Amino acid sequence: MVKSMSDFQPKIIALVCNWCTYTAADLAGTSRLSYPANIRMIRMMCTGMIDPKYILKAFLDGADGVFIGGCHPGDCHYINGNLKFKKRMAGMEAIIKQFGFDENRLRLRWIGASEGPEFQHNMTDFIQTIQDMGPSPAQGIMVL
Amino acid sequence: MTTQNKPRIGVYICHCGMNIAPKVDVEEVARSIQTLDHVTVARDYKFMCSNPGQDMIINDIKELGLNRVVVASCSPRMHEKTFRNAVKTAGLNPYYFQMANIREQVSWVTKDSQEATEKAKSLVAAAVGRVFFHQPLETREVSVTKSVLVIGGGIAGMQAALTSANAGYEVYLVEREPSIGGHMAKFDKTFPTLDCAACIMTPKMVDVLQHPGITLYTWSEVHKVEGFIGNFEVTIKKNPRYVDEKKCTGCGTCMQKCPTKKVVSEFNEGLSFRTAIYTPFPQAVPNVPVIDADHCRVLGQNKKCGVCVKFCETKAIDFEQKPEFVTLTVGAIITATGFQAVNPSGMEQYGYGRFPEVYTSLEFERLNNATGPTSGKVVMKNGKVPERVAIVHCVGSRDTRHKKYCSRVCCMYSMKFAHLLREKTGAEVWEFYIDIRSPGKLYEEFYNRVQEEGVRFIRGRVAEITDIVDDATDEGRLTVIAESTLTRRTVRVPVDMVVLSVGLEPARGSEDIGRLLGVSRDGDGWFNELHAKLAPVATPISGIFLAGCCQGPKDIPDTVAQSMGAAGEAIALLAKGIVTTQAEISRIDPDLCSGCKSCIESCSYSAIRFDEARKVAVVNEALCMGCGSCAAACPSSAAGVKHFTDQQVMGEIESILL
Repeated sequence: MVKSMSDFQPKIIALVCNWCTYTAADLAGTSRLSYPANIRMIRMMCTGMIDPKYILKAFLDGADGVFIGGCHPGDCHYINGNLKFKKRMAGMEAIIKQFGFDENRLRLRWIGASEGPEFQHNMTDFIQTIQDMGPSPAQGIMVL
Repeated sequence: MTTQNKPRIGVYICHCGMNIAPKVDVEEVARSIQTLDHVTVARDYKFMCSNPGQDMIINDIKELGLNRVVVASCSPRMHEKTFRNAVKTAGLNPYYFQMANIREQVSWVTKDSQEATEKAKSLVAAAVGRVFFHQPLETREVSVTKSVLVIGGGIAGMQAALTSANAGYEVYLVEREPSIGGHMAKFDKTFPTLDCAACIMTPKMVDVLQHPGITLYTWSEVHKVEGFIGNFEVTIKKNPRYVDEKKCTGCGTCMQKCPTKKVVSEFNEGLSFRTAIYTPFPQAVPNVPVIDADHCRVLGQNKKCGVCVKFCETKAIDFEQKPEFVTLTVGAIITATGFQAVNPSGMEQYGYGRFPEVYTSLEFERLNNATGPTSGKVVMKNGKVPERVAIVHCVGSRDTRHKKYCSRVCCMYSMKFAHLLREKTGAEVWEFYIDIRSPGKLYEEFYNRVQEEGVRFIRGRVAEITDIVDDATDEGRLTVIAESTLTRRTVRVPVDMVVLSVGLEPARGSEDIGRLLGVSRDGDGWFNELHAKLAPVATPISGIFLAGCCQGPKDIPDTVAQSMGAAGEAIALLAKGIVTTQAEISRIDPDLCSGCKSCIESCSYSAIRFDEARKVAVVNEALCMGCGSCAAACPSSAAGVKHFTDQQVMGEIESILL
């Protein structure tokens, strides 16, 4: 069933690191900076622990977008886990493309613990991007 | 999963007063969650973190036989600990708990009430989907050996050793030179107060020697380091001194009588000679000579000599000494391997090595020093007192061709030289600088003072030093050519002597020490601290700390302060006496591990080693920080972080997207 664009409510998974982006999300909360409710956040300890299969799993289970949020380069709580993830990012885009997902449905951003407004902005912007792209073709492909 | 362990999940939705409810319809969330598989009970309550709220969980665990708990309330950064403790109080493993953040990430940031309720349902369902897969985890306690190894006996290592030993801990100080003292022992005066370095340094050296808590290993090296925080197994290699430390009285007769007198003195930066049996400087600690085997007639040239043996009254000379290996167990390691001066030989424009009157700053320190080659008289090689001297800042520093960083000390020591030259010789002094950096206490005042003393400052990097003079009356002098960027003119200054204020680089051998300890180095070779701002003396390897210049260029006050900081960190570790290992750490399944070593490469904490016998990677639980880099890098899914297993994360993803 294809939903019409107007009532399309994207489901977006955000895999974020505990120390920076998750904290920024909490700060956005304490600062009452609202953003659309389409984001579902999953707390990881570090972007460096995000296994490519988690991203693939999210897309195949029907996520319309996946957002990865980590510490700015140089600020990683675990020295350089964020950079390790960044290295995997290019490969990740290629993989999801092979599965039929537009690589723009996956986004990586560095959002520091003090950047509540940046978090809000990033969420709003990514949700809008996915909204414009329409539903993910996941339902049409196999589900693991 | 056995029937006994069949998940019975209790879910608690918090109103947080008016913070979550009424934006989120908490009753509706509870009703919806109640229908999920394995959820035994779902309740909502005004304040879950309050005592009645926690008691509700504890009672339900006991009465309803719950074995998993989910609380949907504020951020886990706020109350995860609180609820884990409640779960633990009820007799469950605290890791059978998961939190859903429906305040900071739902009620406070969502405008529409219905959307907020739907989002809350989804997040709570995700927590239920995750907690289903939770495993009981345990922390482990390891006892700490109450001793410290300090590597390097310069001012940094000495201070770290003294502070640690004063706290009552056993300290082993290893120094590869025959004496402790390091670079500071070579200095004459210290900026900005012009304290005589020896006057403030030598008493500290004696304190180190005499301290009952410090065992000194000079002329020794760290050979092997194994183990981890709390219990490092360290092997020290004592190089043969050929002089029995116990018998030697330090009378010095052997040094006077040694017939090999033309060995270039390292301590005097090649400006004088020493004998083959020597102490590097008169106040050496310990005051026991070593025999330089390469230059000794007996050891190096197989000749008959034995003059020292003949004159030594205590029969301390022992040509038969062999390297000795000592094994120690220490709880913490402080690295204080320091720096070395950049060698300007490759920088052709400065003429170092070609012109005898071009000196490095360390050579000039020795020239100034009362125990130096000229007994402290600043004279040229021809014995005359210089009338005009140029001091060139930033030699090898702030230069993309050499070291891009600032040495942090050359401005200040250059100005110290200028002051000493004015005071001792009355010579005219030119300082060629890029910027003056004098940010320390009393440093700017010292800069002003030196200007008032008539030292001329020319802002411009020196282009060339040549022996071609512009004026015949300057014959024999050197000409320093630079662009004065303030007057926008080229200046050509004829001088008798040039001092090159060379930069700092990591000490020779620090690469090897880094490898032995597993401590990484930055692009310039300095040891990496754990965090540039908040953990400047710790390293990524737990239990190993940094003191002084091995972490980056520093002046003496900063070095001493940092060394005390490193000692403080080590003492804090030893005083507690136990290290608690984290529960959320990596585990590598030996049955799945293919032995590819990707995880070892990915680990920033050197916490994974390869078991050659079984051909699998093994995690060291005391070193692992639980970052999960290995888990993501492992191609066979053998590595995983406890509490962030594939099942748990995938369970969460799956439940969110249902």
